[in-house]
Amino acid sequence: MSRELFRFKGGVHPPDHKAESNGRPIHAAPVPRQLVIPLRQHIGNPAKPAVNVGDRVLKGQLIGEADGTISAAVHASSSGTVAAIEPRTLPHASGLPDLCIMIDTDGRDEWIARVPLDYHNLPPAELRMKLRDRGLAGLGGAVFPSAAKLDPGARGACPMLILNGGECEPWITCDDVLMRHRADDILRGATVMRDLLGSTEILVGIEDNKPEAIAAMRTAAAKLDYAVEVVPVPAIYPGGGAKQMIETLTGKQVPTGKLSTDIGIQVFNVGTAYALARAVFHGEPMVSRLVTVTGHVLRPQNFEVLIGTPMHALIELAGERDGATGVLMGGPMMGVPMPLALPHGFQPAAGRRPFAGYAEVPVVKATNCILVQSRDLFPPPPPVLPCIRCTRCADACPVELQPQDLYRFVKAGDFGRAQEYHLFDCIECGCCSYVCPSHIPLVDYYRYGKSEIWAREREKRAADLARERHEFREFRLEREKQEKAEKLAAKAAAKRAELAAEAPAATAEGSDADAKKALIAAALARAQAKKAQTPPKNVEDLSAEQRREIEEIEARRAKIRELARKPLESESE
Amino acid sequence: MLSAIGVMVALAVVIGLTLGWSAIRFKVEGNPLAEKIDAILPQTQCGQCGFPGCKPYAEAIAKGEADINQCPPGGEEGVKKLAELLGVEPKPLDESHGAPKPRSVAFIDEQTCIGCTLCIQACPVDAIVGAAKQMHTIVAAECTGCELCLPPCPVDCISMVPVAEDLPHWKWKHPVVQLKRVA
Repeated sequence: MSRELFRFKGGVHPPDHKAESNGRPIHAAPVPRQLVIPLRQHIGNPAKPAVNVGDRVLKGQLIGEADGTISAAVHASSSGTVAAIEPRTLPHASGLPDLCIMIDTDGRDEWIARVPLDYHNLPPAELRMKLRDRGLAGLGGAVFPSAAKLDPGARGACPMLILNGGECEPWITCDDVLMRHRADDILRGATVMRDLLGSTEILVGIEDNKPEAIAAMRTAAAKLDYAVEVVPVPAIYPGGGAKQMIETLTGKQVPTGKLSTDIGIQVFNVGTAYALARAVFHGEPMVSRLVTVTGHVLRPQNFEVLIGTPMHALIELAGERDGATGVLMGGPMMGVPMPLALPHGFQPAAGRRPFAGYAEVPVVKATNCILVQSRDLFPPPPPVLPCIRCTRCADACPVELQPQDLYRFVKAGDFGRAQEYHLFDCIECGCCSYVCPSHIPLVDYYRYGKSEIWAREREKRAADLARERHEFREFRLEREKQEKAEKLAAKAAAKRAELAAEAPAATAEGSDADAKKALIAAALARAQAKKAQTPPKNVEDLSAEQRREIEEIEARRAKIRELARKPLESESE
Repeated sequence: MLSAIGVMVALAVVIGLTLGWSAIRFKVEGNPLAEKIDAILPQTQCGQCGFPGCKPYAEAIAKGEADINQCPPGGEEGVKKLAELLGVEPKPLDESHGAPKPRSVAFIDEQTCIGCTLCIQACPVDAIVGAAKQMHTIVAAECTGCELCLPPCPVDCISMVPVAEDLPHWKWKHPVVQLKRVA
């Protein structure tokens, strides 16, 4: 039985460099002295710290709680003591720090009690929550919280489940070796996914440059009591992208702004399926992953790495070499350069240049590959020439965009037009930059354009909030003014009524002005009564001179009062 | 001749009535142009333009009483957008209304604050929490950085802190490309 395959448009054939690292078996990387575990490892809300500095934690213990549906928990990758909870540099293109939990490991690597999930008897919603709390996130690169993807939604079922073993990016082999050595567990995870999504068709797409992986997956699939079809797909970059894999296997395209579940397909990376199986059947939260360490190292290979292990420790493990120029997280097409720094207290041996590739940043759930660069493997890019609109990029674009136009719009700051030309459909695969004869770093422009548009939207939201709050304030001030006026009017009316009750004869026939005069008179009388009640203070120890002075003042005041009481001559006339 | 006049008069009456009716029926509340201008303004409500808030300034521009280059928080880009909307030539920012500054939020030194509530009354977006003789604090997410709380403070305990770049707000920089081989 062979399935009809479809060919997505575009794509490139870069040299795959897989043989360097896929021949060696998986090695478990040793527990480092200190683990640096970021709380923001997935898309969505970062986890909230759930431990305090000084707490002893065990391997697999929850140290960061998931915050909301689109979030995932974070766990201690080994046993030890929480040394600090503070911002540290993340493996991110920005090189900015973010909140991390540092654990001083004790070397015992002691697990918490591992409780497998009885997934057949758990309601799906509860099972998804438990998977979220076991830190499950997509290991293909986007690190989207998997629990949210395992919800079939309103349709009630997602007919097709695709396991993505494409791994089209050059140099990376972690999915390849995982499929070779752990195929059974991958498919056990797929079984859970199938049951949660209600899928009837399960496909495993693997690029045909991994014959060993295909064979291993077929052997494992034959043992299952339901059909899993392992489909070799032609190796073409970016055939391992989720949307490209869907198109290759089914011929369907995911419409702009829609999810693949809208056309009844859900895609998971094989690594995610494996992690899911560990979480469900072994009770192990996501504390480690496979990482390819390759490029300019002595022994390129795959390691099973605890999340939070510093990258330079892995580079040393694989055998560091002189002449490294940088470190990429991911492959050469989509990888991001890691911020480089020398480790604390590092003293280069005499006569030896300090290794430029000391990446102090930790391995996170997104780290599929650590690619050490050198001048030979990655020569500096040639100078950039002007765009000649040859449209080779448009031919290579797997999402059928017009990269040369997008480039022009973004460069001119015309982000509205760029959005009209579907900038946000760009998967940043790098095919356009790869084929560009002018060596223009096109993807850098699209990334810049996207983040600029996001920033503008954020600003607009902030402005809308400010406008709303300002308008409400104006409304509130007006309302308060009105309320105050009403309160005063009500008080005056009440007093008037009181006076009217006291002296009905006087005010009954009196006009409004009389009522007002009466009010004033009453207030004056009240004030005078109060004044008479309060005796003058500080009059005990006064000298004769002071007394005389006071009497003089009092006399003057009395005289003035007398004058004020007498009508002025001009008025009397 | 008479019939022609009659037809014209009848037409005039019918059209007049239709216009009059639709003027009442489809009356647009407020000034749509002012609203469009207001949507471009940054809503800092700082009053640097000389008007008490962004909306009054927008209305003044719509009426032609104010120029488009009086909003420092909007910057040159804001002037450009206004010029595009109104179909006029963009002009440089009027320096007499102040210079654009990096976005910042107010910060109250809580050790010094005496709880006088003067800043609360000055804040145009109600972003300050506090009560008489109670310490005040700024709701940073809602502060527009208008600096209107600075002058009324009797103990000068408010300072403006530039907003630092953090991970969720980080932006990719414009690519810097090498045009000539250097090595």
